[in-house]
Amino acid sequence: MARFSFFAEGLPGIDLEELKGKLIVLEGTDGVGRSTHITLLKQWLENNGHAVLDTGMTRSALAGKRLRQAKEGHTLGGVTMSLFYTTDFADRLENEMIPALRAGFIVLTDRYIYSLMARAIVRGADPEWIKDVYGFALKPDAIFYLRVKIDDLITRVIQSTGFDYWESGMDLHLGEDMYDSFVEYQSRLLTQFDKMVEGYGFEVIDASGSIEDVFDDLKNRVSRALKDNREIAPRGTKN
Amino acid sequence: MSSAMKMYGKHRFPGRLFIVEGIDGSGKSTQLSLLHKWLESEGYVASFSEWNSSPLVQDVTRRGKKKKMLTPMTFSLIHATDFADRTEHDIIPPLKAGAVVLADRYIYTAFARDVVRGVHPEWVRGLYGFAVKPTVAFYFRTPLDIAMKRILGGRDAIKYYEAGMDLHLSEDDDIEENFRIFQGRIVEQYEKMIDEFGLVVIDATLSIEEQQAQMRQIVTEALTGTKKTRIRRWLDLASLQKGSRA
Repeated sequence: MARFSFFAEGLPGIDLEELKGKLIVLEGTDGVGRSTHITLLKQWLENNGHAVLDTGMTRSALAGKRLRQAKEGHTLGGVTMSLFYTTDFADRLENEMIPALRAGFIVLTDRYIYSLMARAIVRGADPEWIKDVYGFALKPDAIFYLRVKIDDLITRVIQSTGFDYWESGMDLHLGEDMYDSFVEYQSRLLTQFDKMVEGYGFEVIDASGSIEDVFDDLKNRVSRALKDNREIAPRGTKN
Repeated sequence: MSSAMKMYGKHRFPGRLFIVEGIDGSGKSTQLSLLHKWLESEGYVASFSEWNSSPLVQDVTRRGKKKKMLTPMTFSLIHATDFADRTEHDIIPPLKAGAVVLADRYIYTAFARDVVRGVHPEWVRGLYGFAVKPTVAFYFRTPLDIAMKRILGGRDAIKYYEAGMDLHLSEDDDIEENFRIFQGRIVEQYEKMIDEFGLVVIDATLSIEEQQAQMRQIVTEALTGTKKTRIRRWLDLASLQKGSRA
């Protein structure tokens, strides 16, 4: 039996039997340190002899560039934005992740369908609709959810890049200024992530500690996921 | 916005949405353009939206097609993104304003093409769950041979994806043969959708005038009994100056 499965109907023309690698997801809201940990994990895994592909949102050859440009224009409607991201995701799934899995790579992905679903739902998408749209995605081997409380998040953002238009959900007009909007938008995203923990089998990692502590925790969990060869079916997901 | 996301079903906007479907060469665009001119001459405010025309995603689609980067899934999703952009910008706002919106190809085009490419029928129907249900959806039924003659006679070259060349349906990838097989499969999908979605069939072998007369009759019925869809031309300065009211 194939190790991998799709959430629902799946992609046409893919033989799941051929997929050998591991698909590992890092999830969490903006500013929790996902990309830092991806970089560290990649280095560590490569040092241990694994071939690693890392990927993340808006990096597809097909739609990535145009999607980033379109975001600058601030003219994207909610449904359009959700589907543009889906296109970008599908291109990376079919042309990066699946070929890498076929070749036995460990695929580390900075965000997966969960972030995309959370954003779409916060922008008014019907949760069932967006879940069905992502029915073509592969179920990952492990999903590590880096979680911080909203207060920690605010401190981190102020210390690093500052408030960004999209990370503050400014298109949703949630508050008087970027700060108010950021707090409201990120809180709503956190609520959506928290709702997904059970259904999709997220492993929750407290990301409020130091980078070293969080990374140690992640390493242990990734090691476990790599040893585990049984098919991982997240609890409670349909099909 | 959540209502906009769960749309397919009778819409409550004051406007009207008429769409045309059919294979390439069925004459649907000619008919829609005649309908458009007539509606305007009758004093309606009519706007037009065409399949695969959103400025936002057009160059992604064009590049993806040119470089043959598209899989059945990304082909489906990029067209859905295009359609979403037009729904949010060109279809819903005029319908809210009480205008008549005309669309050349609609969600049924995606259902036909994507399913022929191997995408799951239920999945693609769900994907377009945000679409506004048309007031009337016309399907121009054409025998394949007639459509083929129009296409092959009228244009320089059939394009790769248009002919379904990505599916490699013919022996030694003969583009005309591939096109014929692909269009034939699309017709099968359209025929299945007539009952599923209540498409109004127009016999595209009739004369242009006859087809247009049928369309106008059906559209007229769909426009009557509705308030304020008919908008007076409001800058008739000459008549205003004379104090006359037309």
